[in-house]
Amino acid sequence: MNAPTGIGASVRRKEDYRFITGQGTYTDDINRPGQAYAYFLRSPHAHAKIKSIDISAAKSSPGVLGIFTGADLAADKVGGLICGWTVTGKDGTPHKAPPHPVIALDTVRCVGDQVALVVAETREQARDAAEKINVDYQALPAVVDPAATLKSGAPQLHAEAPGNLCYDWDFGDKAATEAAFSKAAHTVKLDLVNNRLSPNAMEPRVAIGEYDRATDTLTCYSTSQNPHVLRLIMCAFIFGMPEHKMRVVAPDVGGGFGSKIFCYAEEVACVWATRKVGRPVKWTSDRTEAFLTDAHGRDHVTHAELALDKDGKFLALKCSTIANMGAYLSTFASSVPSYLYALLLAGQYTTPAIYAEVKAVFTNTTPVDAYRGAGRPEATYVVERLVELAARQLKMDPVEIRKKNFIPPNAFPYQTPVAVAYDSGQYALSMDEALKLVDYKGFAARRAASEAKGKLRGIGFAAYIEACGIAPSSVVGSLGAGVGLWESASIRFNPTGSVSVFTGSHSHGQGHETTFAQVVSDKMGVPIDQVEIVHGDTQRVPMGMGTYGSRSLAVGGSAIVRACDKLIAKGKKIAAHLLEAAVEDIEYDKGTFKVAGTDKSVNMQQVCFTAYVPHKYPADLEPGFEENGFYDPSNFTYPAGTHIAEVEVDPGTGHVTVAKWVAVDDFGKVVNPMIVEGQVHGGVAQGVGQALLEQVIYDKQSGQLLTGSMMDYCLPRAEDLPSYTVATTETPCPHNPLGVKGCGEAGAIAAPAALMNAITDALGVEIDMPATPEKVWRAAQTRVTRQAAE
Amino acid sequence: MYAFNYHKPKTLAEAQALIGKLPEGKLLAGGHTLIPTLKQRLAQPSDLIDIGGIAELKGLTVTASAVTIGAGTRHDEVARSAEVKKAIPALALLASGIGDRQVRARGTIGGSLANSDPAADYPGAVLGLGATVHTTKRTIKADDFFKGMFETALDEGEIITKVEFPVPKRAGYMKFANPASRYVMVGSFVAETAGGIRVAINGAGPCAFRWAEAEKALAAKFAAASVEGLKHKADGLNSDIHASAEYRAHLITVMTKRAVAQAGG
Ligand SMILES: Cc1cc2nc3c(=O)[nH]c(=O)nc-3n(C[C@H](O)[C@H](O)[C@H](O)COP(=O)(O)OP(=O)(O)OC[C@H]3O[C@@H](n4cnc5c(N)ncnc54)[C@H](O)[C@@H]3O)c2cc1C
Repeated sequence: MNAPTGIGASVRRKEDYRFITGQGTYTDDINRPGQAYAYFLRSPHAHAKIKSIDISAAKSSPGVLGIFTGADLAADKVGGLICGWTVTGKDGTPHKAPPHPVIALDTVRCVGDQVALVVAETREQARDAAEKINVDYQALPAVVDPAATLKSGAPQLHAEAPGNLCYDWDFGDKAATEAAFSKAAHTVKLDLVNNRLSPNAMEPRVAIGEYDRATDTLTCYSTSQNPHVLRLIMCAFIFGMPEHKMRVVAPDVGGGFGSKIFCYAEEVACVWATRKVGRPVKWTSDRTEAFLTDAHGRDHVTHAELALDKDGKFLALKCSTIANMGAYLSTFASSVPSYLYALLLAGQYTTPAIYAEVKAVFTNTTPVDAYRGAGRPEATYVVERLVELAARQLKMDPVEIRKKNFIPPNAFPYQTPVAVAYDSGQYALSMDEALKLVDYKGFAARRAASEAKGKLRGIGFAAYIEACGIAPSSVVGSLGAGVGLWESASIRFNPTGSVSVFTGSHSHGQGHETTFAQVVSDKMGVPIDQVEIVHGDTQRVPMGMGTYGSRSLAVGGSAIVRACDKLIAKGKKIAAHLLEAAVEDIEYDKGTFKVAGTDKSVNMQQVCFTAYVPHKYPADLEPGFEENGFYDPSNFTYPAGTHIAEVEVDPGTGHVTVAKWVAVDDFGKVVNPMIVEGQVHGGVAQGVGQALLEQVIYDKQSGQLLTGSMMDYCLPRAEDLPSYTVATTETPCPHNPLGVKGCGEAGAIAAPAALMNAITDALGVEIDMPATPEKVWRAAQTRVTRQAAE
Repeated sequence: MYAFNYHKPKTLAEAQALIGKLPEGKLLAGGHTLIPTLKQRLAQPSDLIDIGGIAELKGLTVTASAVTIGAGTRHDEVARSAEVKKAIPALALLASGIGDRQVRARGTIGGSLANSDPAADYPGAVLGLGATVHTTKRTIKADDFFKGMFETALDEGEIITKVEFPVPKRAGYMKFANPASRYVMVGSFVAETAGGIRVAINGAGPCAFRWAEAEKALAAKFAAASVEGLKHKADGLNSDIHASAEYRAHLITVMTKRAVAQAGG
């Protein structure tokens, strides 16, 4: 018997042969006939006026085909980059979205801002010419720190955003929250920094613009997570042209983590320049450019408080956050520290009153936008650090305090005080499983063993929640989104029974070619090797919204199920005709149409063939076996779970070893357990990276990026990571046909809080991420001094 | 990268002649420092003289009294050599901890020393063991070789040919790696040699330097406890986003203690 390939089977990834043997087609592998190369001259200043740009010497540099500045794009009426989500502030005014020119006009606002575009025969020639461009800058004072930028006297970035304020927004019931605090037996307070991260997808961004004179169409090859959204933005907002004249192709994409959702200056510039030089124009980012220009993640400073009654029951939570947007608003930047953040502050708990205030600010830094988890890791970090600290201050067990406050399984659907209604969950179940796997009872002995070696041991928990499967269009629309967040699928049976599935989701490492094929194979009773998944080309795939927010299976997969259901319904009519039975009497199960109560049946292949060779066919039925499905969810999905980290700290050096990691996640139904486990591993690695190692640092005075290469920006390596223990509990999502919740971001959401709780448990001192050796060493010193004093 | 002319001499004499007549030329060994510099356009040599094909610069000789390593020998060869492991285990250990597998497969001891990166590993061993650097012109004692950040006693066009490490009674090397680059943040190479105790600190200052106070304490008693109470001053030490001078000063004690313990003290 063949290994199972349906829903629930750990099918090996169909795409891996291609990837592992180096035969994938990434954007940089595409080379168009006559292709020329783009190089962007970038600002060396964090903030400066451009007094003049002299390209005369550069123009005659060998191989140059064209040199363009912001003025050239303006002359062609090329629009600026947009932010597609409008957040309305406390005072009822929309956020400030100052102009974001594709190439700077008269001011540069961060190091790496585009100043000129050079197109030449070779990349090196383009770069040589760029070095001959003479830009006369008048340097201006810069500000990089989110709190400092709000201070009076801070350098001002945009005339449209006085005080560098993008928005001052709040959410929740302030009066109820304050009332609860005033009655509270205990208040726990915490100041937190959520460090700025650089996404560092393995594949840097690449763009090719190509114009076909014969058909008058533009093609943009791009490393995009959502090619249709990119096309929509470029056509509707930037070029003002019909969508059918623009094709966007996003072939194999090597990681994104959110950073490839956005519409970036470079792809727009290549698409524009191809007509100027009459040649395809290609740009490939190098790693330094990636550090400078890929949208960063996080960068919050927060003050948070939790009110508790005398028994440790949560009464209210409030927090006030300053979120750094960088120099300009990136495509979805505004939504991340607002709706994707404050709405998750209930966590897994029954906290009855919640109030959050968020000031989003501009600084002379790279724009910040969604990065794996986007807002939800920040929320989990606030909630779970507060809860852990509350347990410490009330001298309660961190497990007990959580269990006391969990939303009980019989309370679902559960309306939180922050708008969202959780669909389903069994929080204590995941936690109990995690406690068992980590051997919580044995912790005291492990701590003693570490101490005997001169090491400090700590344990930390994160009981996280996320809102995934982004999301119901009506909901996001009411919150200011400029797009709908449904998904599409088109399923085409070929006459002999093989299947092509066209999905609006986009895989950039998630394994859709396998998971989606499993769903179709399972529903339609077709062998998995007869199913191909097609994505990433606006000319082949119906309009779709792309992949982010752990939405592909919950939303894209549901659209596939919709299309499957339509095909099955049609198949029943064909089968009824072939079997001379009434449609109502046809039963369908995994590829077989059967007359109820008889042994008369036809299979999917016969039905499909009949649809294309309709010799014996219902008179009122259209031939063909192909259906479209569109799915707009009725709610977010709410994956949740418990991660437990155990660390060992060397107090002599401050080095932290992650000794144990247990993740028990509830992702609803699991289609491919192996892929899910891989997603958890990757997410936790990124979360560990954030908590221990990663941080984008700018020089406070000059605004120069100090972490512009792997020499200074520290990504986790295998040896920084433990061997994970991963398990799942299964509480199906009640409102989508697959019962799935999404798993892509969970690890990155849970891990920072779990790890920092473990480190601060070991140290007995609260510190911020990343827990660098020096920071940990200093905290360990504080601990020693304090113990001596006691 | 800017364009350059490429030469691959077969003998040391040829290489010397080339570098002598090409003032804007540069020697290329493993390329693991030079090539990244070129790729970032931070240097623009007119010519690269690849010394990777010169047999005279390759190989290891181990005698009872010395380990001699040709300037063109890869880190990996030193790390894996059974003879080096036996004669000076700390030296093999040091080589095995340089960068990653790819770096060790390309990088050479000559390139590392000529570059004198404050965060490099080899300078610790050269100074800690009191090695002698042989060049096309002369021999240079370790104590005279490192002059400052990326500065050595080498003259223009002077080529390192080999490095001679006297075999110590015992030695140990411990480094605290920079979490991002994995170069040395603070390293300590401790050796009991015929000429006395030597303690070389790398990563912490502008170039590798000796820690006299620890040498004295260890001469009195070669034991980890002897350095326990010592504190190097933070003044003059490197300070960057990864570690302040004060933290580096602290790590000097910790790494020295652990290096002594590793050496069996
Ligand atoms: C990712 C990475 C990680 C690394 N990690 C570490 C680490 O942890 N520890 C560490 O110590 N090093 C590390 N290195 C540096 C590595 O050891 C280099 O190989 C070494 O510093 C330079 O040696 P090379 O043979 O590659 O020299 P090259 O790059 O070829 O040359 C370096 C310089 O030395 C000159 N030169 C070369 N040979 C001679 C000679 N015989 N005489 C005179 N001048 C010469 C060259 O002209 C050039 O100026 C790392 C490098 C990389 C890329």
